[in-house]
Amino acid sequence: MSRNAKFRVWRGDAAGGELHDYTVEVNEGEVVLDIIHRLQATQAGDLAVRWNCKAGKCGSCSAEINGRPRLLCMTRMSTFTDDEVITVTPMRSFPVIRDLVTDVSFNYQKARQIPAFAPPPDLAPGEYRMQQVDVERSQEFRKCIECFLCQNVCHVVRDHEENKTAFSGPRFFIRAAELDMHPLDARTDRREFAQAEQGIGMCNITKCCTEVCPEHIKITDNAIIPMKERVVDRKYDPLVWLGNKLFRRGND
Amino acid sequence: MSDHEEHRYDVLIVGAGGAGLRAAIAAREEGLRVAIICKSLFGKAHTVMAEGGIAASMGNVNSNDSWQVHFRDTMRGGKFLNIPRMAELHAQEAPQRVWELETYGALFDRTPDGRISQRNFGGHEYPRLAHVGDRTGLELIRTLQQKIVSLRQAEELAAVGADAAAGGGHETLDDTDAGLRVFAEVTITELLTDGSGAIAGAFGYRRETGTFIVFRAPAVILATGGIGKSFKVTSNSWEYTGDGHALALRAGSTLINMEFVQFHPTGMVWPPSVKGILVTESVRGDGGVLRNSEGKRFMFNYVPEIFRAKYADTEEEGDRWYADPENNLRPPELLPRDEVARAINSEVKAGRGTEHGGVFLDVSTRLPADVIIKKLPSMHHQFYELADVDITKQAMEVGPTCHYVMGGVEVDPDTAAARNVPGLFAAGEVSGGMHGSNRLGGNSLSDLLVFGRRAGVGAAEYVRGLGDSVPEIQDGALDVAANEALAPFQPPADGGIGENPYTIHRELQEVMNDLVGIIRREDEVQRALEAIDALKLRVPGVSVEGHRQFNPGWHLALDLRNMLLVSECVARAALLRQESRGGHTRDDYPGMNSQWRRKLLVCSINDGDAAEPAGITVTEEPSPVIREDLLALFDRSELESYLTADELPADTTASGGAT
Repeated sequence: MSRNAKFRVWRGDAAGGELHDYTVEVNEGEVVLDIIHRLQATQAGDLAVRWNCKAGKCGSCSAEINGRPRLLCMTRMSTFTDDEVITVTPMRSFPVIRDLVTDVSFNYQKARQIPAFAPPPDLAPGEYRMQQVDVERSQEFRKCIECFLCQNVCHVVRDHEENKTAFSGPRFFIRAAELDMHPLDARTDRREFAQAEQGIGMCNITKCCTEVCPEHIKITDNAIIPMKERVVDRKYDPLVWLGNKLFRRGND
Repeated sequence: MSDHEEHRYDVLIVGAGGAGLRAAIAAREEGLRVAIICKSLFGKAHTVMAEGGIAASMGNVNSNDSWQVHFRDTMRGGKFLNIPRMAELHAQEAPQRVWELETYGALFDRTPDGRISQRNFGGHEYPRLAHVGDRTGLELIRTLQQKIVSLRQAEELAAVGADAAAGGGHETLDDTDAGLRVFAEVTITELLTDGSGAIAGAFGYRRETGTFIVFRAPAVILATGGIGKSFKVTSNSWEYTGDGHALALRAGSTLINMEFVQFHPTGMVWPPSVKGILVTESVRGDGGVLRNSEGKRFMFNYVPEIFRAKYADTEEEGDRWYADPENNLRPPELLPRDEVARAINSEVKAGRGTEHGGVFLDVSTRLPADVIIKKLPSMHHQFYELADVDITKQAMEVGPTCHYVMGGVEVDPDTAAARNVPGLFAAGEVSGGMHGSNRLGGNSLSDLLVFGRRAGVGAAEYVRGLGDSVPEIQDGALDVAANEALAPFQPPADGGIGENPYTIHRELQEVMNDLVGIIRREDEVQRALEAIDALKLRVPGVSVEGHRQFNPGWHLALDLRNMLLVSECVARAALLRQESRGGHTRDDYPGMNSQWRRKLLVCSINDGDAAEPAGITVTEEPSPVIREDLLALFDRSELESYLTADELPADTTASGGAT
């Protein structure tokens, strides 16, 4: 059942690099990550790649396969024809560290800017009561495995490095939506924050993030659009928002 | 030593899964300056793979549940080899640890009255596992990750006052000043001690650059997880190379229960590239059944005597139990994992396996498709994407996979302090004793939370007790650690091409899988030890290509030492224990022996000599005595199947709960 496949893998670092050609064995049922591992074990011991769970649950092995952002562990070799050359490159929107590994620290910085869940001050641990139907909206967004493929494909930053300062990206819009829709979150300014601080207004709803999401989270329809609409509904006023934030500071 | 960075903290936490993060939260809330080491990126730890849930006797679904019942189930699951104080603390504190997660923002599935829903799981008498579909581990890791972020934000707010608050919480606190800092993609290769053997710090490297990093800290909490990467078929990720186990050994501490390795009964078996990936026990907890190639629900033939009174005799009764647990006994598919794994193994050996060497796990004929997708979304996704199987229409093929090591660092139950090494603590899978010879599903996530917190508090007490006399790293230790870490870049002395680390790893995995796997025999374990000795001699000849920046070959070469050390622990302890109990099954000693229950096998490192590289010494020590009030929770007849005559309570009329 085994055959040989032609792979082109980008090798290099921040200073530059190029595609390297490999011919490598492929067996039935394998995924692209298996082939990368076989290259490591037999032809390129120092080929850098991130991976952990190999089951689509940890979101570590994001890369671009024939130009399409994918998880290496969830891309089956049977989706390619036998004579197809398979090109594997690092995610384009993040700086390369080495080979397929990129510097994704942008995402961790953005994560730290979102005010955390604010527990309701009048409820002790064990007293929380929420209905399943109410938690499900936020649970959809908490399925996120932080593969950052949505961040990688988003037009706002993919070819516009300069937008990264003002724009948090789809992964963190769903974080904002998750907190906004959390039945017991004590803050009421999540939507305003998304507008004023996360740059949700820069999103032009092309849905690339939704299409690429391996967890099939409806990022655009269920998170971004509601967050945009509701901000508009409220006729957002930065001064009122600032006042709310200062007033609520004691609860943080 | 040049080319390195140095940091000073009160406590260094090695590992950023559930135990490490919970320890960090506790230590930070105690006022310590805390560094967290992640081997991978922040939020990718193996905890993320946990599917079923967190066991805690909140009694939300069945109000008969209590910590005593949970304790009893845990001891039964571990075949009474558990350190009883650990099982007691775990059962008592788990509910509080789960409720606390809600205050961090966790969103568990709910009961109709709005409380945290709890599901059935193998070995648990009542529905006990708090869960989020079948992605509970992801929820746990994300919740703790976000709590860590919030502690950092609180510190920033405190540091810069109202102006920053008005600015929207932008980062204003410098990393080096922060009281809590995450070091992602750093691997610790050695613990460093002072002249007396107390912890003084740790040495490691950054994956991204290959440069060295030194931590000076009087307390280290190990939270590195397990050892599964020493086995060929495993549900564990590349990180699970026994680092914490090996670090503790080399620092002078001890490991217990290393012969007990849990083979989860249901891993994927096809296609080969996914062999070993976990299929959650929730499939069975929610109604899935195991069938052999003849279509028979074979588990009814495998109920051991000690569990016979608690499990259904017929399919009809087992099926009624899901709807009416008060008046029916549970189906035997929900026996503890060791029993189910052995049963599957036997069916396949007897020629009643599937085409690919497993058995069928079927939920498609048991539940409507929409319920399956709702309750088991990631299993549906996993099989659909990786195996072309639609679990709402077809049965899954499953077989045992190396999943968890019960053994680990010998710790004080209350403080998580490791034996022999002041300042060293351990929590989670890297610690030993909590689960005895076999862990119940759901008891891992609760273990992480209960003992992670205890380790954080224990480390804080220790550090405060030191006052100004903080242990300092011995002279020369950094150079030794650096030379050791760079050894794989040295060309082989004989001028050849050197050993490939991937080859040695593969050979070790085959040895452990084939010779020290789910069923063991004296001659096979002996052969494994000979093979491990031979591999140990080859490791110094390992040579890697390329340079130090993000070089997986180099990383593996360094991990190999740890894997060989823990593999030797498993094999040596497995050879000594001449009985079958939980995650240790000896073909040549098939019965459970209550004399062996009284013994713990304790592993420590020996120095070796010119002819023999350093190796493992195993000594027998007595198991701790189970307190009378804890024994009183069991029927005497049940105790008789585990304890020796002289251990049984004097009063024969005493028979407590077990109703």
